[in-house]
Amino acid sequence: MTRAKLPPWLLLLMPAFLILAAVVLVPLLLSLYSSFTPYHLTRPETLWKINFPFNYEKALTDLGFWKAFGRTVLLLTIALNLEMLLGLGLALMVSKVQRGQRTLRTMMMFPMMFSPILVGFMFKFIFNDNVGLVNNALQSMGLASTAIPWLVDGNLALFAIICAEVWMSTSVFAILILAGLYALPQDPLEAAKVDGCTPWQSFRYVTLPFLMPFIYIAMAIRSLDVARAYDIVQVMTGGGPAKRTELLWTMIGRTGYVDARMGYANAMGYIAILLSIAFTVYFFLKLQRARRELGMED
Amino acid sequence: MAQVHLKNLVKSYGALSVVHGINLDIAEGEFVVLVGPSGCGKSTTLRMVAGLEDISGGEIVIGDRVVNDLPPRERNLAMVFQNYALYPHMTVRENLGFSLKIAKKSQGEIDAAVNEAAEILALTPLLDRKPGALSGGQRQRVAMGRAIVRHPDVFLFDEPLSNLDAKLRTQMRVEIKKLHQKVGSTVIYVTHDQIEAMTLADRIVIMRDGHIVQVGTPLEVFENPVNTFVATFIGSPPMNLLPGVAKDGQIVLADGTAIPLPPGYKLAEGRRIQLGIRADNIMPEGHALPPTAHMAHVDMKVTLSEPLGTETVVYAQLSGTEVQAKMLNPRPVQTGEVLRFAIALDKCHLFDADTGLSLKA
Ligand SMILES: Nc1ncnc2c1ncn2[C@@H]1O[C@H](COP(=O)(O)OP(=O)(O)O)[C@@H](O)[C@H]1O
Ligand SMILES: [Mg+2]
Repeated sequence: MTRAKLPPWLLLLMPAFLILAAVVLVPLLLSLYSSFTPYHLTRPETLWKINFPFNYEKALTDLGFWKAFGRTVLLLTIALNLEMLLGLGLALMVSKVQRGQRTLRTMMMFPMMFSPILVGFMFKFIFNDNVGLVNNALQSMGLASTAIPWLVDGNLALFAIICAEVWMSTSVFAILILAGLYALPQDPLEAAKVDGCTPWQSFRYVTLPFLMPFIYIAMAIRSLDVARAYDIVQVMTGGGPAKRTELLWTMIGRTGYVDARMGYANAMGYIAILLSIAFTVYFFLKLQRARRELGMED
Repeated sequence: MAQVHLKNLVKSYGALSVVHGINLDIAEGEFVVLVGPSGCGKSTTLRMVAGLEDISGGEIVIGDRVVNDLPPRERNLAMVFQNYALYPHMTVRENLGFSLKIAKKSQGEIDAAVNEAAEILALTPLLDRKPGALSGGQRQRVAMGRAIVRHPDVFLFDEPLSNLDAKLRTQMRVEIKKLHQKVGSTVIYVTHDQIEAMTLADRIVIMRDGHIVQVGTPLEVFENPVNTFVATFIGSPPMNLLPGVAKDGQIVLADGTAIPLPPGYKLAEGRRIQLGIRADNIMPEGHALPPTAHMAHVDMKVTLSEPLGTETVVYAQLSGTEVQAKMLNPRPVQTGEVLRFAIALDKCHLFDADTGLSLKA
């Protein structure tokens, strides 16, 4: 009896395959499978009962899920646009600085170096209605007479969360846009000046189209980040009060680990991932179009 | 159309001064070429006229306005850049019409102007392409078209042809000349190529190290160069320069060869000079222009010959200097052959050996 011999290349790649399968493929398939079952963490036997569209149907007909979904899209839209505008402004200003630009660039990246959990705690403190910086400042300046319930009111809490997101991640935009500004060809800008453009028109018609691919890259990266936004929200509001700041992932996290309804949580997770993918594909298509417009064909 | 006046124009970058007080008056509709070696300050001068560089001193007048502190958009001029500087995200049509759009012209006017320019420059079939899909020559034409549609007071060209291959360059040179004859605008054209300068210019401005060395029509600077720099810079092949000393009404070269003094020059005995002879004025006997009243003859050994078809450039040794001569109706020439050359003395130039300045009275 001869043992079947694997070709050496396969043998050498085997450890990589095995590790990838163990850490990516198996959990992925398992979670997908479990989303077809009424899997409950405290009742393992529920894993063996397939009840396919049930979890998905339940998610798609649950008003709470759609509210979280909508809130996530809203957060994504507001945060990304704000970060884009602020990042653009920041990059434009930094690119004009003559001395100490290197230091500024490094400082600009500081917020990215913090753990989102810490950022969450920091902003939770800043917006705390009793001892928070914001309320203290507003009250001592006489702009507010009573404490504003920043983290309690739904809209205000969303605002506070957006502040934290923007504070932490504007530099992603700033840095990518700055890279675009460094690569900006000077000739067309000079041509635009001679062609009669005001500085604003030069920016609008020459600089901005050139920066668009860089902006879309940043958007794509950030859309992945925000769509899975969990840590900051979890720390600041925990999705509350009364689910008023519930986002997809805080909802999924609670359903899975607090309520132990893992099958249902996984089903919602897969829907949320579709949302992420949709945003990323959208920005990627925009990126491709912007590049084609600039004649940077693939 | 407008006149342009540069008065004591100065440019310095910090302590580094690159343009040292240039004075130049350009008439309405004139085609002026700034020419000089790389780094002599031509582009800087042009960019100051355009308003793309601040002026460190002096004055620029366009039409009857001092424009020193006006931004480019208020100077009503058009510029063609060396690297074309097209807008990469716009089609040829949008590139051409951009300045008109900025000037808030109606779409009808823009279309008319764009179509006219495209017609002149044979760009009509390319109107809907992006610059990325054009060849170098086509991009160059778009850049020119973008300038034409504006009907500016002044056209500025900064080495517009230097990225093109030789054949295209010759072709575009003709196009530019025709264009100028057609639109008649004032043109300031920068190049380091003396042939471009000679063929295009109404007047040539020769620059060196941030100074103007000589201003004149192409023939003036060719026939009466003010110094050895202009003499060797203008004309191809460059003028031969032979060091010598004035003695007994003759010029004695380093190796003792004596050549009669060219007519019209008076030199003090013992004055050290440089004798300038263009290749067209030193030719092998039997292959030369008909002799004139003032001829001299020298024997030279051939070191190299370059047949060009209608003529051959012969390199030969005279008094330790390599001299280029032209041979008309050429025959094959062997290296090492000794030929007798005729020099047209009345076409020769004398320059001071130390200052390089022309000694013409
Ligand atoms: N931004 C600048 N800073 C310092 N020196 C410069 C700058 N731009 C040009 N120069 C110098 O000015 C001189 C003239 O440059 P330029 O006008 O471009 O020459 P040209 O066009 O005749 O080749 C060069 O020696 C160049 O090094
Ligand atoms: Mg130059």
